[in-house]
Amino acid sequence: MFGLGILTGLIVLPLIGAAFILILRGEDEATLRNARWAALWTTIVTFMLSLWAWSLFDPASASFQLVESKPWLSSTIGYKLGVDGISMPFVLLTTFLMPFCILASWDSITHRVKEYLIAFLVLETMMIGVFCALDLVFFYLFFEAGLIPMFLIIGIWGGKRRIYASFKFFLYTLLGSLLMLLAIMAMYGVAGTTDIVTLLKTSFPAEMQKWLWLAFFASFAVKMPMWPVHTWLPDAHVEAPTAGSVILAGILLKMGGYGFIRFSLPMFPLASHDFAPLVFTLSVIAIIYTSLVALVQEDMKKLIAYSSVAHMGFVTMGLFAMNAQGVQGAIYQMVSHGLVSGALFLCVGVVYDRMHTREIAAYGGLVKRMPLYALALMVFTMANVGLPGTSGFVGEFLTLLGAFNANAWVGLFATTGVILSAAYALYLYRRVVFGVLDKPELAALGDLSSREIALLLPLAVLTIYYGIQPGAILDACAASVTSLIRNYDAALATTKTAALLLN
Amino acid sequence: MMPLTFALAHSLPEIFLALGALVLLLLGVFRAGGRDWIISEAAIAILGLALLSMLIDANGTSLIYDDAFVDDAFGRFMKALCLTGALVSLLLSREFMAREKIDFFEFPVLVLLATLGMLMLVSAHNLIALYLGLELMSLALYVIAAFHRDHLQASEAGLKYFVLGALSSGMLLYGSSLLYGFTGTISFSGIAAALKGDVSLGVVFALVFILSGLAFKMSTVPFHMWTPDVYQGAPTPVTTFFASAAKMAAVAITVRIVMTAFPGLQLQWRQIIVFIAILSMVLGSFAAIGQTNIKRLMAYSSIGHMGFALVGLASGTQKGVMGILVYLAIYLVMTLGTFAAILSMRVNGHYVENISDLAGLSRTRKMMGFFLSMMMLSLAGIPPLAGFFAKWYVFLAAIDAGLYPLAVIGMLTSVVACFYYLRIVKVIYLDEPVATFDPVSREVTAVMVLGGLGVVLYWAYPGPLVAAAEIAAKSLF
Repeated sequence: MFGLGILTGLIVLPLIGAAFILILRGEDEATLRNARWAALWTTIVTFMLSLWAWSLFDPASASFQLVESKPWLSSTIGYKLGVDGISMPFVLLTTFLMPFCILASWDSITHRVKEYLIAFLVLETMMIGVFCALDLVFFYLFFEAGLIPMFLIIGIWGGKRRIYASFKFFLYTLLGSLLMLLAIMAMYGVAGTTDIVTLLKTSFPAEMQKWLWLAFFASFAVKMPMWPVHTWLPDAHVEAPTAGSVILAGILLKMGGYGFIRFSLPMFPLASHDFAPLVFTLSVIAIIYTSLVALVQEDMKKLIAYSSVAHMGFVTMGLFAMNAQGVQGAIYQMVSHGLVSGALFLCVGVVYDRMHTREIAAYGGLVKRMPLYALALMVFTMANVGLPGTSGFVGEFLTLLGAFNANAWVGLFATTGVILSAAYALYLYRRVVFGVLDKPELAALGDLSSREIALLLPLAVLTIYYGIQPGAILDACAASVTSLIRNYDAALATTKTAALLLN
Repeated sequence: MMPLTFALAHSLPEIFLALGALVLLLLGVFRAGGRDWIISEAAIAILGLALLSMLIDANGTSLIYDDAFVDDAFGRFMKALCLTGALVSLLLSREFMAREKIDFFEFPVLVLLATLGMLMLVSAHNLIALYLGLELMSLALYVIAAFHRDHLQASEAGLKYFVLGALSSGMLLYGSSLLYGFTGTISFSGIAAALKGDVSLGVVFALVFILSGLAFKMSTVPFHMWTPDVYQGAPTPVTTFFASAAKMAAVAITVRIVMTAFPGLQLQWRQIIVFIAILSMVLGSFAAIGQTNIKRLMAYSSIGHMGFALVGLASGTQKGVMGILVYLAIYLVMTLGTFAAILSMRVNGHYVENISDLAGLSRTRKMMGFFLSMMMLSLAGIPPLAGFFAKWYVFLAAIDAGLYPLAVIGMLTSVVACFYYLRIVKVIYLDEPVATFDPVSREVTAVMVLGGLGVVLYWAYPGPLVAAAEIAAKSLF
């Protein structure tokens, strides 16, 4: 259509839905219901379209597919889209999670509903754009533009300290991103283009790589978030509405990891190699330290937020191990974490909608009133812990395997994180679900409604399915990861030979 | 010697404005009506006509009037911006002036004269022409700054602007005379030719004085002191005019003189420009944080933005000049749109200027809330809004020229600046509504909506502006 392809369709569709909601007039119940259904159908159709894109996608090839390219800012800065085995899973994850976000906000958002839905749909466009963009400037555009709807989502529909949290989220992320922007400009100066495919083949001078790597690291480490720049995440998570937390944990955090795989590792292999110990150190600190912090949290969302930071530590560790197990495990961990943490936030939302508190101490003995809920929460808690048979296990196991291959000490320390994660997750589960039901206000709680079951069931099924059938994701990214590692090793080998020749 | 008709053909906009201003002045005096609509409508028509006349024979570079003026692509680009700024400011002024009962016929005439001064300034090609244009512009601006003469703040603004402006003119003149003494010529190209090779200290002094004088007009640190008071005190449409057209002209002549008269002194002027740019960016972002008056905030914001624009100039390359041109064009749209929104801030018949008055705007006035927020985020340089592309080009040029510390400082200050722009978005979207604004005239709404749409949708079709700026920048080299 108009010479544009399916990926453009993915990016534009949510905007069409948003435009439709924008022209709906009135604030009465019927209009709001229409708006909700419109948003839900938009996200479902977008998901269908992404499935179609997936069916056209050839996982055996490492090259970019479904590529669309048009001149835009100039002949060297273009409108270019495409997916490969690394970005395809994230596109699917995004479109898959969006209907859940709309559904999760069905009853809990009651004021300024239309704006809320529009913000989410615009955010979906930006997120899909980030994963599909094959031009650095275009990528940056989506990467930053996503801040605006998220700022509003946290700021308008958030909790008590929403304003503080939204400012912190926005400015923190912006600071990192602007340094990346300077690096993008410098890369444009060297390569003469911002086309990612060309940049992947460009070898930047070793000294320059260091600075570029650091600039990109500033952005992605904040987004990821890595210790010690993770402090915006607990605030943002706690204040955001349920669906906002789902998107934040499920997709926005993955942009950091995606950025490392797409840019830092393949474009600056020498610097990545040099800085790997730094990343390992930060990752291990994140895994152990934030797990300990999670152990003492009083607020459910904050606890899950800290556990997210710890799980992202596994991702960065796996990525910079730079072997097949590590990188594939990292991708797997990100997808799995997207499902599991999203589901956990939905679970918190379920009780929050009933009790309007996220304080762990306010709960106890829920299993007596809400057996189905207890079951669902158990599945996701176990997946979060990394129990074999759930998707969480595959990711953690592979990244740890990769880390052991690269550096046994890193693997050793990181593994203690698995024990700690079991500790805080089970501790949370015991305090909320088990124990005596002695609080009078809990006595009247109803179990999951059909809407909530519809929300949690698919996620639970996928969590277990991916735990048993990891091939579904691993095969998709295998070819791209293999070529990534091959190029990385080749780049390192070239420099090594050059260095030997000089001596 | 060129035939007169040739010179006239290349100064059509100026001639339109000059004749138009004189005719309107006579007309105004004869009608003796005092407050008058027709004059301002006619002035808008004249500005539009001048803008259209630039489409005729719009190519090439020609020196006219004994090489005192130059008509080139750079000049045409900047003149178009000045004329647009003046035209829209005048359009915005009508409702405000009528409501404040100061819609005297002198105002449009003075705006025309100031604009004429700007056009002369933009195309000046020797020091005398520069001074003529600058003074014509400034004298008219002094008067309209104090146009609300019974208003204490406006009178103070006018006086302050006059005294400091006179000082800056003096510095400029001093620098010019020094320069003439050292080079023996007043022509820009002649100066450039004379300044080849080694440079004496006196010339550097002249450069510093000239740039200081111009920095006053651009309102860059350390010559920015008048800006917040004048922005706040002057009637809002006048502030709009100051922030849009006057800024454009001042930056244009700075770029022109630096590029055409001092190419041999790049080492020296670059230090000055970098110094000014860094100070402006830092002050513009930090000092705005505490402001409660939105006009004052826009004053600090404009100081910061001039700093950003100068980052492009500091690179000293054709890319940098192109970056400034794109920056100014986008900044013009953002400024006009924002001031249109400020002119819509009226509660119970009174104009209000506090940021807190915007509380809950997204609910009482959805469209205005949205567009003003987009304008703020665009000023902050958040993609995909137009302000991002403006920053992209100037910083690209700076990185290209190897000015890494400058670029990093610029980026860090823009994070700080982002805080206060976000604060306005917060007030608009996150706070509870306090009062509903009165309905505004159609032209104000139209300017706001057009500005907002331009800012939001610029990414979809960025080509033409960039291409025009490229051609314009090329004509300076």
